[in-house]
Amino acid sequence: MRLIQKLGDWFDLRLQLSTPIRETAEHPVPRETASWFYVFGSAALTCFMLQIVTGILLALIYVPSAGEAWNSLQTLNHGIALGWFIRALHGWGSNFMVAIVLIHMVQVFLFGAYKFPRELTWVVGVFLLLVTLGMAFTGQVLRFDQDAYWGLGIGASIASRVPVIGPWTVNLMLGGPIIAGATLSRFFALHVFVIPGLLIAFVGLHLLMVLKLGINEWPMPGRIVRRATYMQEYHELTHKQGVPFVPNAVWKDILFSGFILLSIAVCAVHFGPFGPGGQPDPTIIQTAPRPDFFFLWLYALLSFLPPSAETPILLIGPAIGIIVLLALPFVAGEGEKSWKRRPIAVLTILLIAVTLGTLTHLGEHTPWSPVMDAWSSQPIPAEYLQGRTALERHGALVFQAKQCHNCHSLDDKGGQRGPALDGVALSLTEDQLIRQVIQGGGNMPAYGKNLSPAETTALVAFLKTLHPANQKPARNASQAMALGASEVPPR
Amino acid sequence: MTAENGISRRAALVKLGVFLNGIVGVALAVPIVRYLLSPVIRGKKIGYESWLSLGRLERFPSGQTRLATYKNPVVNVWDGETGDIACWVRNIDGQTFQVFAINCAHLGCPVRWFPQSSLFMCPCHGGAYYQDGSRASGPPERGLFRYHYKIEGGELLIKAGEMPTPGQPVANKAGGKSTCA
Repeated sequence: MRLIQKLGDWFDLRLQLSTPIRETAEHPVPRETASWFYVFGSAALTCFMLQIVTGILLALIYVPSAGEAWNSLQTLNHGIALGWFIRALHGWGSNFMVAIVLIHMVQVFLFGAYKFPRELTWVVGVFLLLVTLGMAFTGQVLRFDQDAYWGLGIGASIASRVPVIGPWTVNLMLGGPIIAGATLSRFFALHVFVIPGLLIAFVGLHLLMVLKLGINEWPMPGRIVRRATYMQEYHELTHKQGVPFVPNAVWKDILFSGFILLSIAVCAVHFGPFGPGGQPDPTIIQTAPRPDFFFLWLYALLSFLPPSAETPILLIGPAIGIIVLLALPFVAGEGEKSWKRRPIAVLTILLIAVTLGTLTHLGEHTPWSPVMDAWSSQPIPAEYLQGRTALERHGALVFQAKQCHNCHSLDDKGGQRGPALDGVALSLTEDQLIRQVIQGGGNMPAYGKNLSPAETTALVAFLKTLHPANQKPARNASQAMALGASEVPPR
Repeated sequence: MTAENGISRRAALVKLGVFLNGIVGVALAVPIVRYLLSPVIRGKKIGYESWLSLGRLERFPSGQTRLATYKNPVVNVWDGETGDIACWVRNIDGQTFQVFAINCAHLGCPVRWFPQSSLFMCPCHGGAYYQDGSRASGPPERGLFRYHYKIEGGELLIKAGEMPTPGQPVANKAGGKSTCA
């Protein structure tokens, strides 16, 4: 024991670190902050450290070359002992990190932690969110498969819409005229050097400010933040009623971080690594590229924006979002901290959560995309064909052969791009059906050039049978009258 | 050690040092920025956009639309298969052609041709185009990107070399408008 003590003393005389470390560990924190609500920041840091370790391990094998990356991922998955596990840890660690950073941000927002004097801590936190998302996106590119290739295409298409400098931005982003080796190399440099460097610097600043300014106290309704008095009040909270960070608060951080690491490992073992998907060969076009989970909401949004509004919203929207986040502590730097007295803050969080949740859900199901193989793989249900005339059944054939089924569902099978047609005869008359098929409109292509008159007649005859047995199809009453009058036989 | 004008010699030397480093910094920044901007600056060198063969004309029967591939004119050894680019060739009447980029005019996903319904459909956000490349429905603002083509020695050649994007639709001076039925 004496030897260890002597060794410790030898190092401390030279490093002079034991005092600052002890002071940091034992710094007083408000009693109520030793709470399970205050564990997300440290859990995010734990995830980040796991990402650094697993990232370095992956870099031992991974080849950042467009021609070899995909093969080296296959080697990691199948050729190296437990390579699949390291990849799975890194992939799931990424998902957990983004999720925990978001939860941390919501907690900090609802607890009013961004108010005086912690404005800069929040601002750095916003940058941390951005670089975390930057890591998630660039990491998805390094998993160089079809999704990564076409995802880069989507990124380039968005970048190209920037006025004036758009085309240059694309070349700069791709490192050349097309998505190729230079593209992967620069995303590798971003993912492995540039963004982690920023991340480490921002984490250091963020932690330093948390230590220097003290952790945000538990918000009490009615305890108002004022610039003139806050520092004094916080000092009393910590030094008169406070508890030392170690061990009173830290055990919850440690337990939760351990639980998160365990969860990541369980997910990694159970679900395995992400991809890689198909080879990044641009001549293989039988693919439906999709981004990773945390960008699905954006993918969904891109299909719903009207064409005319898309470019401005894509380019201005993110800028506004970031400005709002950065401006928040300067606009609302004082006042009530408790979420119980901040209904608009709570509603904002709920609104954002519902919006992102809905868009993510839609992004998983992509109802706006035609089901490319519905016409050949999903037959028309038998009950839609029983008791039909030959003409109507021929119309059903046209419905399949002309790929109507790719966008229109029958009995919940087929695409959802256009409306389901199970009851179309209730809402459109024969003439309206013909017009819609031939001229299109309302986001449907016109089929006038692709259907012969006989095919159109048959198709519309089939569509006219699509109504519930107990409801009559739509008809043009005035036309019936007029036709009826003309058909009255002369006396 | 104080000079007559009140500035100490050491303070002046610090300023000199900072100034010298500033000069060197700028001198280094210029080549660094140039290096970073090389994808933009090297721009339109000869060979950047070239006439590339898509194969013999017999590969593209009259009245049909077929997938063709070409090797991008500027490639490195380590680009692997990413240097191979696909495009759609429509032979209208044996003499007139249309060559469409594979990339959807919305956000660049690969469009697929359906001869039965004579439509190009995009798997990403549901864009659709008619057989002449004009917009049929969905989020795209315009028709498919088109390459310039010419016929030489029984082969179909296109001018290509850059991924077409909404901000820079390669070689498409005619826009997405249909040129024929």
